[in-house]
Formats: sequence, C-alpha cells, structure tokens
Amino acid sequence: MISLFFRDLKLSVRAGGGAMIGVLFFMTVVAVVPFGVGPDLNLLSRIGPAMLWIGALLASLLGLDRLFQAEREDGSLDLLLMQETPVILTIFVKCAAHWAATGLPLVIASPLLGLFMNMNELAIGATMLTLLAGTPAITFIGAVGAAVAVALPRGGLLVSILVLPLAIPVLIFGVSAVYAAIEDPAPFLPPFMILMAITLFFAVIGPVAAAAALRHSAD
Amino acid sequence: MSENSLAIRKFSDLANPTRFLALADRVLPWLAAATTLFFVAGLWLSFTTEGDYQQGETVRIMYVHVPAAWLSMMCYTVMAISALGTLVWRHPLADVSAKAAAPIGACFTFLALVTGSLWGKPMWGAWWVWDARLTSVFVLFLMYLGLIALNRAMDDPARSARVSAVLVLVGFVNIPIIKFSVEWWNTLHQPASVMRLGGPTIDSEFLWPLLVMAVAFTLLFFTLHIAAMRNEIWRRRVTSLRRQAVRNAGREAQAL
Amino acid sequence: MRLLAEGLSARRGEDLIFNDISFALGAGEALVVTGPNGSGKSTLLRVLAGLLRAESGRFRIEGGPAEIAHPYELSHYLGHRNAMKRELTVRENLSFWQRFMGDSPGGSGIDVNEAAEAVGLAGITHLPFGYLSAGQQRRMAMAKLLVAYRPIWLLDEPTAALDAGADRLFAGLVTAHLEHGGIVIAATHQPLGLGSTQSLQMKGFTH
Repeated sequence: MISLFFRDLKLSVRAGGGAMIGVLFFMTVVAVVPFGVGPDLNLLSRIGPAMLWIGALLASLLGLDRLFQAEREDGSLDLLLMQETPVILTIFVKCAAHWAATGLPLVIASPLLGLFMNMNELAIGATMLTLLAGTPAITFIGAVGAAVAVALPRGGLLVSILVLPLAIPVLIFGVSAVYAAIEDPAPFLPPFMILMAITLFFAVIGPVAAAAALRHSAD
Repeated sequence: MSENSLAIRKFSDLANPTRFLALADRVLPWLAAATTLFFVAGLWLSFTTEGDYQQGETVRIMYVHVPAAWLSMMCYTVMAISALGTLVWRHPLADVSAKAAAPIGACFTFLALVTGSLWGKPMWGAWWVWDARLTSVFVLFLMYLGLIALNRAMDDPARSARVSAVLVLVGFVNIPIIKFSVEWWNTLHQPASVMRLGGPTIDSEFLWPLLVMAVAFTLLFFTLHIAAMRNEIWRRRVTSLRRQAVRNAGREAQAL
Repeated sequence: MRLLAEGLSARRGEDLIFNDISFALGAGEALVVTGPNGSGKSTLLRVLAGLLRAESGRFRIEGGPAEIAHPYELSHYLGHRNAMKRELTVRENLSFWQRFMGDSPGGSGIDVNEAAEAVGLAGITHLPFGYLSAGQQRRMAMAKLLVAYRPIWLLDEPTAALDAGADRLFAGLVTAHLEHGGIVIAATHQPLGLGSTQSLQMKGFTH
C-alpha cells in the first residue's frame, strides 16, 4: 500500500505530471480576480478568502479525471482491482497520494496568494487551515466522479460537472469558517468542525462509492 | 530517403553543440570570476553608501530589486530571440537556449517580486498592490512558469521547442507593456529613473552601486545561462545514450 | 488444487458472448483457448479474472489455500495492455508490482534483476519504461509474472508483438511455471509451443 502511495507521488512529480499545473492554475485564477473586480484593496481583502477557496476548488478538480483513467489506459486498473487487498483501501491510498501531490501544494501556496489579496495574518492563517482540512474532501468526492467517468472519452469535463455540486458544502463551510475567524461575533469552531466532519465522512463514503463504480464500469 | 535526412540532421545537431561545449568550458570560469568580482564590489558599494533621508535603510533593497527586474525582462528577450532562432533560422542551439533560460528568468522575476514586496510594505503600507507595473511583472512570472510546465510536459525536445517558441513570441507582447506601464498609466510604482531620454534623474550616489550591481546581475545571468545550456545538452546526450542502450539490449537478446 | 468452471456464460449488452463453458484444470495443466476474432476469448479471460461478472455459471477453486475467496486472488492477468507506467523506470514498475501484489501462499517471486534476465533484457532496468520498444515492453510485462508468485496465469494474447525468439523464450517460462505445479490459461492465435495441454475452441455464439 505504501508502495502504491509513493508510486503515484512519483508519477505526479515526473515529467508530464500534474502536480505543478494545479498550483499554476490556482495562481492564475486568483490573479485574474483583481482584473475583474478592480484593484480596490479593501474590497480584495474582504473577498480574498472566498476567492482563494474557489480557486483551490477549481484547481483541485483539474487533475482528478486522470486519477483512474490513466490507470485504465495502460491496464494497471485491472491488476489493482484483482488483488486480495480491498479495493476500497486501494482507492483511499490513491486519493491520499493524489491529495499530497496536488492538494497540499495548493495549501502551501495559499499564504502567498493571501498576500496578493491584501489579507491580514489571521485571515491567511484561517484560510490555510480550512484549506488543509477541506481539500481532502474535494479529492474524495472527486474520486467518485472519476470512477463513474472512467470509461468515458472526454470524461474530464464531465468529472468537474459531476463533482462541483457535491463539493458545494465543503466550500460553504470552508469559507464561513474563515469569515468566522476574521469577524469577531461569529465563533470559528462550529463551521470548522462541520468542515472536518464533511472531510471524514467523504473519506469513508468516497472510496466505497468509487469502488462500486469501478466494479460496474469494468468492460 | 527519410533515414538519410535524419542522419544528416542528427550530424549537424551534434557538431554545433560540441563546439559550444568546448567554448562553454573555456568561458565559464572567467565569467564566474567576473560575476563574483562585480558582486563583491557592488554589495560593498551598496552597503557603504548613505541611506536616503526619506526612505532610510530600505532604499538598499533597490540595489537588488532594480537589477532583478531588468534581468527578468532581459531574460525574456533572450528567450524571444532564441524562439526566433528556433522557428526562423532553425539553429540547433536556439531551443536549448530558450529552454535553459526559462527557469533562470522565473527566479529573477520571483526575486524582483519578493524584494519589491518587501520594499512596498514600509513604503506603501501593503505587501502587494494591483498596480500596472506589479501586475504585469506578476503575469510575466506566470508566463515563465507556464513555459516551464510546457517544456516539462512534452517528451520530444524538438517538438516542445517549436510549440513553446510560438508561445514565447506571443508572450513577448508583455515586455513593452511592463517597460512602459509606469509611463502609460499613472501608478504607485515610480517611473524609470535610470534608463530614460535626457539622462538619469537619480543621484549619482545611488547610481554607481546600482550600475555595478546591474553589471553583476547581467554577468550572473550569462554564467547561469551558459551553464544551464551545457547541462541541457548533456541531458539530451544522456537521453540519446539511454535510447541507444535500449536498442542494443534488444539486439543482444536477438543474438541469443 | 483444481480449477473448475461450470457452465460459464457472459453477456455484453443484449448479446450473449459465449454460453455454457466448462472445464477442469489440475496443477501443472494448461488450457489454450483458441477461436476467431470476436469469439469471446478476451471476455472469457476477463470473467475468469473477476473483472467481468459472469451471466451464469461458476468459476471456483478446489483444495486451494483456505483464506482465498476467489480464484482471481491467486491469478496473474496479462491483458492486451502491459500495466506498466511509461514515466517510471522498468525497475520502479516491476518492484512496485512486486510489493503491491505480494506473493500468494505456496511460492515466492524472484528478484527484479533475475526476472529481467529471464526475459532476456538484463541491464536496462534503470531506464524509463517508455524508452523500450513494443516487443521489449511486452517482455517486461512478462517479467511481471515472475516477480510476484501466483499459481494461476491468465494470459490474453501473450505473444502479440513478439518475434519468434521471444516466443520461444516465453514458451520456456510457461513450461517452467507448469512444471512447478502452476496453472496456465492462455488465449492465443499462435501455438504456444507447450507440451500437454487441453484446448478449448471458442466458436462464437450464434442465435
């Protein structure tokens, strides 16, 4: 299992891997916002956390369609499904590796973009923390979409369309936790706890559903 | 027929880089020494001159910030010329040069952004403002990163060279925008004070360290660029040796 | 250990691909599945590998290790595609499958270098898999059968893209596997050059 984790990590860092593209997309999306809404620093610092969250959400959807499709194209998926080890565990490990290669860099890059958005230290810290807690959920939800769309040509767009509605709760609680941290009266912990609960919930549901989808989409 | 043309192209591919490697070996030590010399002189000058009466010690950031910003644009210009070389003259070293310059340019741009941000905090009260100069430099940074990603994404160096050369030339539009952004739009960032018509407006006390540092940075760029080109040529040779090894392994097995 | 298939049939969409396939294989026996294109050889192998559900019938194992629920957990499956990553080196590919699959009870896989030597490609395991030619890639995929031990080999057109020399080499590997009490089920157009084998002629199902 550990060998699967490191293999996937290596693949995403090697030439043609998607680890760097995700961060680049994240930066580009967030950098485009000020062109649209204007360079008003107060406005930017107010909408900054939401923009970072939306950018991270879109960026983490980018590479998801390749999660199982790349394995299917070279036949590895067959062997992954045939083993004695439960498929659910295999998918969980693949998700973890995918998150470590694409989600974690987003979390690390977020403070830099927070500076661009003129956010204060507290807001940056809160955004980073919520992204850390929330982005795994997006990966686990995305695994379901990737498994459903694995056999489809041009499944990439479809995965995004399938996954985005499901990821909305993550976005809602992630952003509201950040705003709760910045603005005094609202407490930070309740929305943050719900965010963590969502992540844990999808960490279980995602691999189970993805395993079922992969079993049935075999051809 | 096709095999013949391939062989000739391969031959010219090899002949020129070999001469370049010999040249690089001879030039690099001198360049490196000159770079060190100018850096020592430049840093000594920048730390011994007096601070500005308004900006205090922070003015010293300028000695790194301004040359880095110049270099970020010059590096892109070098890449654009190399891209022309790839597309128009088909020079075998041009794509090596463009590919090797991209990471260096990204580093200089990043340095300019970081030092500018450090300078902006005490001056403007914010790490970052979305003014024309800063934004266009940031876009330049993103373009560098995009080009690096494009180069990495493709297996075949010849094909990726053509594609990224097209992108480099399209992106060159950004360079004049950066250069003149401070004059076209009235922004926070101060207008050019060294390279302008009618002589520099900067006090000679600041001008000298700045010029020395600029020379040092330029030398540093050429040292790094030549070294990176050498590495890229070596990397390609290693790749072709490895492909050769694979073909040989097949032959041995057949002989068995 | 015996493998038993009883009345297997498979369906794709509305069409029956094959119907009522039965066979029994003991240790050291091979089954060669032949038949024209589209007669369902690949489908049969994917059903045996547990990758497709059989419409009816059962495929089971008798006298195998107690903890094994399905025959496919004791099987290697070599399909049309090699299940190797172009970006990783041959060694990384092979040792990944070695560690990920582990050995079935009753045997152990051999070292990555020995496996590469067994398929006649020693000395290039440090190179990316993508550098290899199609035939070399296929041979490395066969080396995968050796690095993790599985008593049952399910082979779908194993010798596609191979020249005559590699064909013989592969027949040698299969024979050695059978001599050690393994079971081989192979779908192929060409004769594998095996000794005593059962054969199953797939005719394709017509209404």
